[in-house]
Amino acid sequence: MTSQVDQSEAVGGSDGEGQGAAPPPSGGRSRPAKPIRRLDRVIIRFAGDSGDGMQLTGDRFTSETASFGNDLSTLPNFPAEIRAPAGTLPGVSSFQLHFADHDILTPGDAPNVLVAMNPAALKANLPDLPRGAEIIVNTDEFTKRALAKVGYAADPLADKSLEAYHLHKVPLTTLTLEALKESGLARKDAERAKNMFALGLLSWMYHRPTHGTETFLRQKFAKKPEIAEANISAFRAGWNFGETTESFAVSYEISPAELPAGTYRNISGNLALSYGLIAASQRSGLPLFLGSYPITPASDILHELSKHKNFGVRTFQAEDEIAGIGAALGAAFGGALGVTTTSGPGVALKSETIGLAVSLELPLLVVDIQRGGPSTGLPTKTEQADLLQAMFGRNGEAPVPIVAPSTPADCFDAALEAARIAVTYRTPVMLLSDGYLANGSEPWRIPEVEELPDLRAEFATGPNHTLEDGSEVFWPYKRDPQTLARPWAIPGTPGLEHRIGGIEKQDGTGNISYDPANHDFMVRTRKSKVDGITVPPLEVDDPSGEARVLVIGWGSTYGPITAAVRRVRADGGKVAQAHLRNLNPFPANLGAVLKAYDRVIVPEMNLGQLALLLRARYLVDAQSYNQVRGLPFKAAQLADVLFAAIGTLEGDEQND
Amino acid sequence: MTEAFRSLKLVPKAESPQSAKEFKTDQEVRWCPGCGDYAILAAVQSFMPELGIRRENTVFVSGIGCSSRFPYYMNTYGMHSIHGRAPAIATGLAASRPDLSVWVVTGDGDALSIGGNHLIHALRRNVNLKILLFNNRIYGLTKGQYSPTSEVGKITKSTPMGSLDAPFNPLSLAVGAEASFVARTIDSDRQHLQSVLRAAAEHEGTALVEIYQNCNIFNDGAFEVLKDPNTRDEALIRLEHGQPMVFAGQGVFRGADGELHVAEVTEANRSEVLVHDVHHPSAARAFALTRIADADTLHHTPIGVLRDVRRPVYDTLMADQLEQAASAKGAGDLAGLLTGADTWTVS
Repeated sequence: MTSQVDQSEAVGGSDGEGQGAAPPPSGGRSRPAKPIRRLDRVIIRFAGDSGDGMQLTGDRFTSETASFGNDLSTLPNFPAEIRAPAGTLPGVSSFQLHFADHDILTPGDAPNVLVAMNPAALKANLPDLPRGAEIIVNTDEFTKRALAKVGYAADPLADKSLEAYHLHKVPLTTLTLEALKESGLARKDAERAKNMFALGLLSWMYHRPTHGTETFLRQKFAKKPEIAEANISAFRAGWNFGETTESFAVSYEISPAELPAGTYRNISGNLALSYGLIAASQRSGLPLFLGSYPITPASDILHELSKHKNFGVRTFQAEDEIAGIGAALGAAFGGALGVTTTSGPGVALKSETIGLAVSLELPLLVVDIQRGGPSTGLPTKTEQADLLQAMFGRNGEAPVPIVAPSTPADCFDAALEAARIAVTYRTPVMLLSDGYLANGSEPWRIPEVEELPDLRAEFATGPNHTLEDGSEVFWPYKRDPQTLARPWAIPGTPGLEHRIGGIEKQDGTGNISYDPANHDFMVRTRKSKVDGITVPPLEVDDPSGEARVLVIGWGSTYGPITAAVRRVRADGGKVAQAHLRNLNPFPANLGAVLKAYDRVIVPEMNLGQLALLLRARYLVDAQSYNQVRGLPFKAAQLADVLFAAIGTLEGDEQND
Repeated sequence: MTEAFRSLKLVPKAESPQSAKEFKTDQEVRWCPGCGDYAILAAVQSFMPELGIRRENTVFVSGIGCSSRFPYYMNTYGMHSIHGRAPAIATGLAASRPDLSVWVVTGDGDALSIGGNHLIHALRRNVNLKILLFNNRIYGLTKGQYSPTSEVGKITKSTPMGSLDAPFNPLSLAVGAEASFVARTIDSDRQHLQSVLRAAAEHEGTALVEIYQNCNIFNDGAFEVLKDPNTRDEALIRLEHGQPMVFAGQGVFRGADGELHVAEVTEANRSEVLVHDVHHPSAARAFALTRIADADTLHHTPIGVLRDVRRPVYDTLMADQLEQAASAKGAGDLAGLLTGADTWTVS
């Protein structure tokens, strides 16, 4: 593992050394001759009070890093309370960023650098820090009262408790106030810029381009130019502090990553998902209608889509979750691409309407940004415990296709895939993202519009059935023999007037039917339709071809599992990996894949929901590895699990 | 062909005159013999041709309950949805398809109990929907439990010692929810029912029409006092816009306390009888009218249009925002959107 404390030094002195070294933000001055070390990757965590602006700070550092060309992965972690009690452990908000000169998969297990804005931030995050990590603390906040508030009997900055770390004691507040003394701002307002001071300092340490942040601040505070200037001054002061102070003897360079050729941007899961929905609307020719009720962590999709009315996007903030999906279904009946966005508790409320959509056989996207449950659970933390709810959470036999993105950028493609299934097969589709994907971000190679799938849908335009007497009629439940999809005849189409509803329908005519044999047939047909959806085969990554252990996951565990697999292989272990994106139906080759390995490990951020399905469906002894801590897995932790599985297999052999 | 109805200006017109028969489906009507729903269905079917719009641009959406079977019998597009949700579903349809005439058929349980939230929000948004609320003051399809409009003390299967909860007055609720159009009519009075449907169809925005409907199985005769030729003239206040509110020698007056009350009309007070104004800007007048009936005896029940005011319509506002966005920013450019502002290139 690389960390910045064990890197070889590459002493530099000139401004331009290294690709893309940042110019001083204030311009003009040359960089002093401080040593520069090259690193291949760094993990930084910004931590402070939930009012300290840590998410913004992290976002800005991420943008700078993205525009510099590193690969990156982020993990925002914040409390559900908007302004949790100041200075307390539960009030700590943090933002972790992993960036590298090569492709990376996770926000990182353990930070190399912690920026702690107060004692609570230090105390809450210290257990995650490896020995030798750098800690930058705002000493101004280490008052007796603040220390006592989080249970520090003695000042950890003064005793020897942080000896194992590389501690930078910086009076961030004082320095910020000093930098802004000419600004005319009240002390309280000036103090709030201390996060930008910290950002400036870190930007210096890691040679980040600074122009984007200054532009961002000018735009963000366009109506309050004095605040914009104060933030920019603090940001520059932080940069200059790093450049001149002796406390920071070295700065670090992480070269841009070698990614596949293309144009890139940084993107979060919720933004990618929003864009995927707009792209699906454009590629299908169906106007997008979003019916939604605000809920964490899904609301950002509502916010984003509401900005794009010029794409013909209608966003409807409903009175409740049920009305959100109801309106989307009503719009789908009228020929729109109907979408509802929510999180687990909202899915519970929408269940009956999803069942109606199953019965009506209309296209509908149900986007579940999963969070910790049950009930209100952990609104701002991640979990993937809604799989069985998505799969079975309705009355009656109500099969619903399920698609789960694996990375923030994959949310874009997953939205298109979900729309493809919904429109082609006339069915509601569950799109299972989660809080980690939603708020996390990574570089995304921007696709050409022409590369995107063609999702054009055809509405019914005329009769589709001939009665015995020769008359031509329209039967709303006469199916396409290939897909088993029923025709989508939208109001306004003459001659195709028809009535549909949640009561069981006669095959073909769609008229109410309580006939036992017909019901049995319709239940099985709806199931066959979903089972028959074409999904890509499961790809298995087994470079040696000799692995006996398969690790299989779904959704956002892709990053940590893949990182763990790399570690195992780097240490000589043999392990195969597969990741499910289509969870209903499963890929046709899944059973064969599972049976090809002696041991199947299923890591999930739930108590074994996919494992339950695999065991039930394929009679394989899938072994669960579970965690429900509201946080993604750590790669090291999963690597240990995989090593143990490989080890027990070998152990079994020795015992034979 | 009649003049275009104001609320239907975006709906394509029928090319030739239509008949009631065209609006009937081949499905057997399955309400109990003698149910008030039959009269309402016949009245609606024979009214629809008057709208002069294409049948395929008409949609009936319902929830669950006896009344909610209605769409199956209308030869238009239709959806029989789930309990209480019809206003929400119809909102999505109407908001995304301004070329449709969207009707909601619901009942007192569907609209006021399980679906109460959707009803009030549809009303406050003023979506272009016409909501027909069949009020029979009982649960029919679940076989006879009391409903949110049943009188206190109602003896039913679920309340053998009498119901405990006070009922809703649906029209008071609607006025309180900022409804722009509120009316009441009776299943058996086809002429009156159709006059109210006409006014509702003319209205731009959400129209709530409460239809007193007899359930001859579980709550027979609930509105008999309003129907019996011997009692109805005394019991009904037939509202006419611009006309003094008089009936059977009595009139509606405003008392010194500001409340509305009914009193005998005399030569002395004749000039003080209130003149009905459906367009009165204050909701207070309409609210007072919804409260004038005696809740126990139904005496002094106003029927007709209580309130009909103009207010911006949700679907029009929504469409306007889309147009504004398109003219301000230009039609959506997907490639531009995906690219955004901050990019870098790897070659």
